[in-house]
Amino acid sequence: MEKNNRKGWLYLLPAVLFLVFFMVYPLIDVFVYSFEEGYNFASQTYYDIGLYNFSYVLHDAYFLQALKNTFLLVVITVPLSTAIALLISVGLSSIRPLRKLFQTIYFLPYVTNTLAVGLVFMILFQKTAYTDGLVNLLICWFGGDSIDFIDGPYWGRMFVLCFYIIWVVMPFKILLLTGALSGVDQNYYHAARVDGTSAFRIFRKITLPMISPTIFYLIITGFIGAFKEYSDAVALFGTDLNAAGMNTLVGYVYDMLYGDSGGYPSYASAAAIILFVIVLTITCINLLISKRHVYY
Amino acid sequence: MSKPTSYEQMKKSETNRKKCVHILVYALLIIWAVIVLFPFYWMLLTSVKSYSAYNAERIPQFFVLSPTLGNYVDAFTAVPLGRYLLNTLIFTMATTAVMMVVSTLAAFAFARLRFRGKNLVFTLILALMMIPNELVVITNFATITNLNLRNTFGGLILPSVSSVFYIYLLKENFQQVPDSLYYAAKVDGTSDLRYLLRVLVPICKPTLITIGILKIIECWNAYVWPRLITDDERYFLVSNGIQEIRENGFGRENIPAMMAAVVVISVPLILLFLLFRDKIMTGVSKGGIKG
Repeated sequence: MEKNNRKGWLYLLPAVLFLVFFMVYPLIDVFVYSFEEGYNFASQTYYDIGLYNFSYVLHDAYFLQALKNTFLLVVITVPLSTAIALLISVGLSSIRPLRKLFQTIYFLPYVTNTLAVGLVFMILFQKTAYTDGLVNLLICWFGGDSIDFIDGPYWGRMFVLCFYIIWVVMPFKILLLTGALSGVDQNYYHAARVDGTSAFRIFRKITLPMISPTIFYLIITGFIGAFKEYSDAVALFGTDLNAAGMNTLVGYVYDMLYGDSGGYPSYASAAAIILFVIVLTITCINLLISKRHVYY
Repeated sequence: MSKPTSYEQMKKSETNRKKCVHILVYALLIIWAVIVLFPFYWMLLTSVKSYSAYNAERIPQFFVLSPTLGNYVDAFTAVPLGRYLLNTLIFTMATTAVMMVVSTLAAFAFARLRFRGKNLVFTLILALMMIPNELVVITNFATITNLNLRNTFGGLILPSVSSVFYIYLLKENFQQVPDSLYYAAKVDGTSDLRYLLRVLVPICKPTLITIGILKIIECWNAYVWPRLITDDERYFLVSNGIQEIRENGFGRENIPAMMAAVVVISVPLILLFLLFRDKIMTGVSKGGIKG
């Protein structure tokens, strides 16, 4: 086949233009921003180059709060959602009737607008002057005291946010895990049953190793997703997350960039780079661990 | 329980055990199904309660005796929900269409054409998949602001177009089409573009549809970029529109009307999902990244 250099590039041109303009150039520029001290957005001037932006961000109380929130979210939601998804997927693949119906229902949160459905969670958990809200009603039925989950104590707010995040990320995990489970060769199970292996042992020695690549994929994407948590928090607590004390790292970046507290692209860039470094480090650790535990 | 002595007894206890496990499994699945469905039920229910009835109930009611559609009227008249929906529709359709064209052309170049530097560019593009959006949003915000494109559809759409992963997915799919078709077309004197449009696109229609639907879902739910780039209500999409409604929409916390807006926003995607259920689920398991 003849080489047609110009034609190939012509087909590629639109994609390359978009990518260079909106991905490659910004990627370089974000590092430039992060080193420009005292950058002024309006006059586009700065007075020095150095590491001040990073040090400012790392000493900012809002950033530390966001860091703490994000870490808590990651530590709570990733293991919990993966474990529950695994439980449900195993249950799902052990039944035949109604399986498709369940699968369809479980997938619904994936196609909903998080901002919109978050409002439903807000009114379910919120306690207002008019009503205690449905969740508090349930708590009272079981003899507990009602709590305002939206404007109340920190752990209450954290709980709703984690609950909502798990609700949102579950479809993806269940979908992938049921797919992985149905891909396990049935002969292994038959062989194990002939040998009289117990169900728990079958799960631990056959199922888990066979689906371990998917589990680790989910854990890694789960970590990345949880570190980038933002919209769900906005849905529950409104746009001013700093005031609610529920800001996340990504939220901090955007607040620095825009809005009432915005106009500091340099701080935003520094924070975004710190976030990226954290995510990269954790992903690398995950990959190292997975090398030891995943069977391909 | 005494130790089973005969085969029949053993068999019986085994079936009993199986039944118990089955009941437990169904209980678990039903509990999760209720957790998933309940918010949807609650928003539908609240959206048909009248404002006064909703505020009068200290203990939330699980059903409604006199449903009203007044909240839906409010949602379209008191706040510009119709405009938000129209904006989102325009944004979604335009972004998806441009993305499809750009990605198809690029995937065709990678899959079929030969030119200098192809492999290098492809590797670089794959490397871009690892770049998180948060890193590039800052400069994109500055770029769009400096181009005076804030509060325009151009500003909304342009940075949302590039999707490295879909180029990759399409390229893989194009490569599965047998070479002989291409040579046959060449012998007949068909041009590359004609071959792409008349042969490749029809053959790879399923993948193209899947990609299109995934992009539609992504656009419909986009929040961060629209929020950054629009502060004029006339250009709000549903995501920041509903935030606006929540913060200063109906005045005095009119929650039923807010829920009506939420229902209106949620319904299109749920319909899309029910129509293309299998396509969406396969597509997501192949390449959806969320969670």
